[in-house]
Amino acid sequence: MLHIINKSPLTSVSLDSCLNTATGGDILLIEDAVYAATRGNAGEAKLRNAMGRFKVHVLMPDLEARGLGDRLMEGVSPVDYGGFVDLTSSNKTCQSWL
Amino acid sequence: MSDAKKFMFVNRKAPYGTIYALESLEVVLITAAFDQDVSLAFLDDGVYQLKKGQQTKGIETKNFSPAYRALEDYDIEKLYVEKEAMEARGLTEEDFLVPVTLLSRAEMGKLMDEQDVVLSF
Amino acid sequence: MSTIEVGGKSYETDEEGYLTNLADWNTEVANYIAQTENVTMTEQHWEVVNFLREYFEEYQIAPAVRVLTKAIGKKLGAEKGNSEYLYGLFPYGPGKQACKIAGLPKPTGCV
Repeated sequence: MLHIINKSPLTSVSLDSCLNTATGGDILLIEDAVYAATRGNAGEAKLRNAMGRFKVHVLMPDLEARGLGDRLMEGVSPVDYGGFVDLTSSNKTCQSWL
Repeated sequence: MSDAKKFMFVNRKAPYGTIYALESLEVVLITAAFDQDVSLAFLDDGVYQLKKGQQTKGIETKNFSPAYRALEDYDIEKLYVEKEAMEARGLTEEDFLVPVTLLSRAEMGKLMDEQDVVLSF
Repeated sequence: MSTIEVGGKSYETDEEGYLTNLADWNTEVANYIAQTENVTMTEQHWEVVNFLREYFEEYQIAPAVRVLTKAIGKKLGAEKGNSEYLYGLFPYGPGKQACKIAGLPKPTGCV
């Protein structure tokens, strides 16, 4: 299953809710959620701990727009819009944590 | 300047995900024409607005971050960043597009109390 | 939305005649817009127009008149960095007219 997050991890509980609820699968961070995938942010350890259960992806155009393309956390896989489409088609279901 | 009021723009949102950052910047530029005592405060995710190196080609959105560097031309020179917010986001002063003054949360709260007008974004 | 015809090509503008796409700009279009504003382009006019384009390139905003005046003064000297000089070149406002000719959006806060 694919979980899509689009809210900043330090402003919204969307990512926390996802990590607390979902059992596993793919997580795709887009829009303001890409901050969760940056080195040195306060939630880094939390996301790192979830990497056993989830494969975490980040939409690179959104990360680059925010000037953080060079701060991607190790273990997070960068995807472009094509990769976004692939994730939605390779997963049977998708939950957007709006 | 003796009858100038103290205006503070409080910026708490990241750029691009929502329209707040851009709207705030536009209001700041307009307000600059009125010769008031303007301060910009960057709290919480608002500190991301000042991150260097924004490249918005991929999201087909206007990169408005260069305009923060023009604020000096508009005589807006009081930029305050919440230190705790900056640190929680793994950022340092060198990450910002423009020179800023770092304030602790407590100092920020005090500065907010001193204002005549507070505009929230 | 409107369009203007210059040299057999049509360009999109807003209802006030500002170019919709920054990239559409060229000197021919600039001369055409200047004509519609009753401005005859001289070297002095181009100096301001080019300055505005450089300013926009650098900061992504069209500066307010006060800011433009100050910045011109810094770059081109005090005899040009004053409103008499700039309004002399662009009688209906250096912000409004020069930005339009430079293919920039209307300056923020300019009504």
